[in-house]
Amino acid sequence: MNPIDFLLWVAFPYAAMAVFVVGHIFRYRHDQFGWTSRSSQTYENRLLRWGSPMFHYGILMVLGGHIVGLLVPKEWLEFFGVTEQIYHLGATWLGSVAAALTLAGLAILIYRRRLNSRVLLATTVMDKIMYLLLGAALLFGTTATVLFQVLGPGYDYRGTISPWVRGLLLAQPDPSLMSHVPFFFQLHVLSATLLFMLWPFTRLVHVFSAPLAYFVRPYIVYRSRDQHRGSGSRKPRRGWEKSELPGSTRDRQGTRR
Amino acid sequence: MRVMAQMSMIMNLDKCIGCHTCSVTCKQVWTNRTGVEYVWFNNVETKPGVGYPRRYEDQEKWKGGWIRNKRGRLKLRSGGRLKRLATIFNNPDLPVIDDYYEPWTYDYDMLTKAPLSTQSPVARPKSLLTGKNMDIKWSGNWDDNLGGSQETAADDPILATMSEHVKMEFENTFMFYLPRICEHCLNPACVAACPSGAMYKREEDGIVLVDEDGCRGWRMCVSACPYKKVYFNHKTGKAEKCTLCYPLIEQGKPTICSETCVGRLRYLGLMLYDADAVLAAASIENDEDLLDAQRGVFLDPFDPEVIAAAKAEGMEDDWILAAQNSPIYKLISEYKVALPLHPEYRTMPMVWYIPPLSPVVDVISTTNNDGEDARTLFAAIDKLRIPVEYLAGLFSAGDTIPVESSLRKLAAMRSYMRDINLGRDRDESIPEAVGMTGTEIEAMYRLLAIAKYEDRYVIPKAHVETARELEELACSLDTDGGPGMGGPTAATAAGPYGKTPGMPFSATVDNYNEMVGRGGEKTRPTTPGRINLLNWNGGGVPPGLFPPRVPPVGNAGSPA
Repeated sequence: MNPIDFLLWVAFPYAAMAVFVVGHIFRYRHDQFGWTSRSSQTYENRLLRWGSPMFHYGILMVLGGHIVGLLVPKEWLEFFGVTEQIYHLGATWLGSVAAALTLAGLAILIYRRRLNSRVLLATTVMDKIMYLLLGAALLFGTTATVLFQVLGPGYDYRGTISPWVRGLLLAQPDPSLMSHVPFFFQLHVLSATLLFMLWPFTRLVHVFSAPLAYFVRPYIVYRSRDQHRGSGSRKPRRGWEKSELPGSTRDRQGTRR
Repeated sequence: MRVMAQMSMIMNLDKCIGCHTCSVTCKQVWTNRTGVEYVWFNNVETKPGVGYPRRYEDQEKWKGGWIRNKRGRLKLRSGGRLKRLATIFNNPDLPVIDDYYEPWTYDYDMLTKAPLSTQSPVARPKSLLTGKNMDIKWSGNWDDNLGGSQETAADDPILATMSEHVKMEFENTFMFYLPRICEHCLNPACVAACPSGAMYKREEDGIVLVDEDGCRGWRMCVSACPYKKVYFNHKTGKAEKCTLCYPLIEQGKPTICSETCVGRLRYLGLMLYDADAVLAAASIENDEDLLDAQRGVFLDPFDPEVIAAAKAEGMEDDWILAAQNSPIYKLISEYKVALPLHPEYRTMPMVWYIPPLSPVVDVISTTNNDGEDARTLFAAIDKLRIPVEYLAGLFSAGDTIPVESSLRKLAAMRSYMRDINLGRDRDESIPEAVGMTGTEIEAMYRLLAIAKYEDRYVIPKAHVETARELEELACSLDTDGGPGMGGPTAATAAGPYGKTPGMPFSATVDNYNEMVGRGGEKTRPTTPGRINLLNWNGGGVPPGLFPPRVPPVGNAGSPA
């Protein structure tokens, strides 16, 4: 096994995965207050009104495409009658639309961020790094798709990249699958992996706050004043609890006021 | 019946002189931080005027509050759950910062450090958003005292609904001030619109709060609130709003805006209401019926059934007593002089207002008539359509009857009490004309005109034995490396989101009560065992001059 292949296609992805998972847990436990999308809509809305929905709906389509392409084995789709031709056509066309939408949205957002002085001043270093990596991953991915799928004969990544990804997730990594993948696909994978590594430390954490519970919760929320609740207020860290008279733990059910 | 208590406020607009002291003290306490420079949890508007943020009352544009749909069900005006999540990437109804105003500071440094020059140096305004020079074109109360209102007042959404004649005439007719805080509604649209479920109404006292840890910055509350009293902190990316100074309320003290109000026009107290009846009342068909519907939700704290139900809900006796003594209950339900602000938004607001009689009195006085004579006043209320209709647009969804009734009671109080104060015979026909008795009028006079501190604020303390673990639900700034980390000693440290002056002394019930006795007197010296050297005449060694001698332990050497 080539040590560089091992480094790039086994060690690095696993390191990124570990940082991704542990980083999110750590940040959720210790920085709930910083866990926000940090919207800049109040600064400027004319460009954001177009850029933000374009980017977000585009990237959601991209995400869906990646789930189907990477996580669902080829044979399963074929079982349902989705042949290579159909898949290729669908993936290329839908993928191109999604990519165009996402990139156009991102272009508007970056233009806005750079040229609107209010938004620029609210941009952190981490934002800039995140934009760079996100842009790189999107550009490499789009370039690979255009070069191989649209203009070229078509590259069957479901025979190489997809099994490699599934192998990583199932703890059976096979770096040899990736060693002969076209260069732009490799670049795409590497830049995306690096983005995953930084993810928990950027504003991208807001992805995991997609408020799906809003569909089912009652409109008006009541909370008791002395209710220590689930998300939100943290318990004091171990060793930092307030001192209390022994046996003074009160009956919380009994009195509400 | 589910009895709940609501801490509510009433403002007597007749007494408001528009001094903005409430706004300033509120800002000093709550929003003197970066990211909320443009935010006024309490603001005072001149009416007629466009308000803050500009034209916030125009719900066709901002889509705040609730509407009743064709099937008679209540719906957020900005759309249902699906639409909300579909538009989460860009809130279509969000006011941008320019709708409030661009915050600024001045280049004060230039005044002292300018280089030698032929002109005297000036401190130019600098935008707090971009740091660049800016022209100040608007602020939170730009049209204060109708300043410049010949240009802007036509934008007042309430005035826009009135006739052309009114628009032309209003400037010579009337003006009053409207202080506004969060309404702490019984049916809060902001809470309903929060996708994260981070906004909530406190079960104990009904105060509507944002859980800063749970907020993810989707900004839906900002646009859903028809009063535009939830604000977006553009530095932290979280929503913030008036807290009704809950750390003070929990200690039985009035909010900072009430405490510092020089006109002493604010009243604080409990209202008991039936939480199960709120939705039906808010869904009633006609906008004009909403006022009575909301009055119908309130419960009589003297009713034995209500008391029993309240106790069954776990309400303590002192809270029930406070509800019985509440000035809010008296003004809303007994005297019926207080009215809600924009009941047509269907949020069931809980900061009510006593409409101002002064525009009417002013007109009478300028015509050399007796502004304290009951018959003159009654006639003027009937005749002066412009202020009455405008007030009805604010306080009763356009129905002039409640406003007239309230103004007539205030007029009756004015002339009835004048006779008493001048030693004349009481004219019992005056109270009769407004459906009250002389005793009631005198009691109302005590509450509104004498307005003793203990009558204005009837605030039961939060129960300390149950509040031990409250701790403000943990200070959300007090995170690892966060701006509040380490408590008061780190108050000057800058966090990742900028400076946060004054944070965070934990103003909790138990540690406050530990420091201060019941009457507010200090029960404990701040530095135990010390002496004030200013009082020392230099002779002798008074106790406390030196720290107590520690007896040597065992045969270890004595300290030097």
